[in-house]
This record gives sequence, C-alpha cells and structure tokens, in this order.
Amino acid sequence: MTADMILGVATGIPWTLAVTAAAFVLGAVLGLPLCAMRQSKFMLLRAIVLVYIVVFRSVPPLLWVFVFFFGLGSGYLPISAFEGVVLGLGLITAANMAEIYRGALSAIRIGQWEASEALALPSYSTYIDIIAPQLLRVSLPSSASYAVGLLKDSAIASTIGVNDISFSANYIAKLTYQGLTVFAIAGLLYIMISLPIAALARAADQKLRARVAQ
Amino acid sequence: MNELLSFWLDSLPLLLDGLAVSLKVTGAALAIGFPLGLFLALGVQSKGRLVNLISLCVVEIGRGAPALVVLQFAYFGLPQGGLTLSSFASAVFALAWNTGAYTSEIIRAGLESVPFGEIEASSAMGMMRADTLRFVIIPQGLRVAAPALLGFAAAMLQATSLCFTIALPELTSNAYVIGTNTFRYIEILSLAGILYAVICAPATIAVEVLERRLGKHTR
Repeated sequence: MTADMILGVATGIPWTLAVTAAAFVLGAVLGLPLCAMRQSKFMLLRAIVLVYIVVFRSVPPLLWVFVFFFGLGSGYLPISAFEGVVLGLGLITAANMAEIYRGALSAIRIGQWEASEALALPSYSTYIDIIAPQLLRVSLPSSASYAVGLLKDSAIASTIGVNDISFSANYIAKLTYQGLTVFAIAGLLYIMISLPIAALARAADQKLRARVAQ
Repeated sequence: MNELLSFWLDSLPLLLDGLAVSLKVTGAALAIGFPLGLFLALGVQSKGRLVNLISLCVVEIGRGAPALVVLQFAYFGLPQGGLTLSSFASAVFALAWNTGAYTSEIIRAGLESVPFGEIEASSAMGMMRADTLRFVIIPQGLRVAAPALLGFAAAMLQATSLCFTIALPELTSNAYVIGTNTFRYIEILSLAGILYAVICAPATIAVEVLERRLGKHTR
C-alpha cells in the first residue's frame, strides 16, 4: 500500500528534475550577460539590468509562471505548461544568478586584473581565460544552494499541470484520501534529491577552490 | 490605455481584498515564525540531546521540503490525522514552519557572529548563562541578522501566493479568478504583480542598503 504510494509519487521525479535543470541552465546562461551589463560604463544598461533584477525578484514565482502560461499562452504565444514554468523560473533564476556572479566577481583578487593588464592580454582573453574560470569556481557554492532552492520552487509547476512530484502527490492524495502519508513522502523525496546535489557541490567546491588565485 | 485603466480600476477592490489576506497570512506567519526561529536556533546549539534532535528535525524538514508541499500537507494531509484546519490556519501553519526553519539559520549565523570575548567577559563579570544570552548575545546577534530577516519577510509575502493551491482568496487567487472570468490574464496578473512589487521592491532595496552599511565595518 505504502510502497504503491511511494512508487506513484516517484513517477513525478523526472519532471521535477527536468524543470529544475532547464530553468537553472536558462538562468545560469542568461545571468552572465546580465552581470556583465551591470558592470557596464553606460548608465542606461546598468539601469535596465537593475530594473530587471528588482522586478523579477519582487514578484512571486507563481505569478510569473501564470503570466507566461495563462497570459502569453492565451492567444499571444502558444506555450506548453513545461515551457511556461521553465521560462518563468528561468528568468527569475537569471536575475538571482546575475547577483551571485556579481558577488563572485568582487571576490576575485584585483591582482588578477592587474596581472592580465601587465601581460597586455586582450580584454577578451582576460575575461575568457582568466576571470570566467575563476568566477565559475567562486560562485559554485552559492549557485549550488540556489539550485537546491530552485528544486523546491519547481513544485509550483504542479499548479499548471506539469506532472512533477507535487502533482503526482496531489493526484494520489485525492485518490486514496491519505494526504498525510502521501505529502510526507513527497516532502522526503524532495529532501532526498537535494542531499546529493549539496554533497556534489561541496565535493566540487573543495576540488576547485585550490584553483582560484588567492 | 483608458480602457485598461478602467479595467484595472474595476478589479482593484477585489485585488486589494486579496492583498489584505496575503498580508494577514504573512503577518501571522512571521509573528509565529520569528520567535520559533530564535528558539530553534538556540535549540540547535543546545547541549540537550533531545532538544537538539527535535530542533534539527524541525529545521531540516522545514528547509528541505518545498513550502508548497508543507502547505498541502497541512491542508489536505492533516485531516487524515484527525486535525482539520481552515485554509487560513493551514497557510499560517505551513508558512510559520517555513519561516521558523529558515530564520533559525539566519539567527544562528547572527548569534555566532558575536565575538567570543564578549561571552568570556560576561562570565568574568559573573553573569549567568541566561543573562548573557538575554542581554549580550541576542541583542547583538539579532542586529546582525536584521537585514536578512527583512529580506525573508519580503520573501514570505511572495510565498503566500502558494496559498492559491489551497483555495485561500489571497492576491494571486483573486487575480486568477478575474483572469478566468475575463480572459484578460496578462492585464490582471500584471496589476497583481505591481501590487506585490510595490511592497517587495522597496524591501529588496532596503536589504541591499542595510547590508552594504553593515558590511562596511566587517570588510
């Protein structure tokens, strides 16, 4: 009985992972240009990024997902539930990742910039070969804990009908009238998924930390 | 444009009713959650085995499980155990648990930032452990934790949008209802978004300013 419930709730795992991974990749990639724009010499660019960050961080994720799924989806741009939730969560992630990159950027020693200049490296090479690799290493712990947070936020996908862990938990709870057990299982599944992510990030951080100039 | 404004004006009362519910849930969750967070922070550091274990479980489950799942656990799950809560009570239960779990980590970091010398000085002056906590550690620790707590309060207002799933008539639910009735989702969801942002954006900016000010002395 309980085994059936666990298996039933577990059918949502692939979708939960897919939503989390897709939104994280979208955000991690989009966050880079946003972070670069925030450092720009042009005030207009900086202002645009600032507004983007504030707007995406001060409106609830659920509302953004509704805007994309129901708002865009009803007439403007046909969009699936999965695409809607990835777009909503991904754009919020981009705003937060831009801030994480910015924090990491300020943690990179100024000597790295000075040395690149002293070696007369072109600015392209300074960014790609010197700064970017260290930036990714420094930002890894924060990115990983953000990813774990995103995993939990991905539960809102269930509200628009993506067949994730929360969705299957809801379905089975209504089928069996055993909400207490079913939602406890769902909660434990999320915790169990987040544990290896955190462990992996910690291991990677220890390996990579040695390769950031002090 | 005029047409949009009149649509917004017509739906504003219902949205404001929703916002009031959202704020009430936020207020209740924070009023229970912040003190709970302080107790959990002390409990996790406590030397008592049982207190320690219970606090750790409460914190780890509250932080590890999505707020949405805890919310549905409270609303759809607890009746199986014989405890039926209204949607408002379930919302407060779940979000207060969430608040307690997250803020306990924020508060613990704040308490740990109090220099050890202060604790030694208190014991040199013959202060009891409880007095040290009450007059030396907690006031200073909470001050350090204040910006993060403010940030969390704004996040909690956003989290109330999850109560959409348990049929609580808060801001997001009301906007959604108007959307389904009029099929003007973008317009009404934008207005709801503006209402959230009007409260959360100043809080986000205030947190940043506060953190920069506090950071000046630590760097």
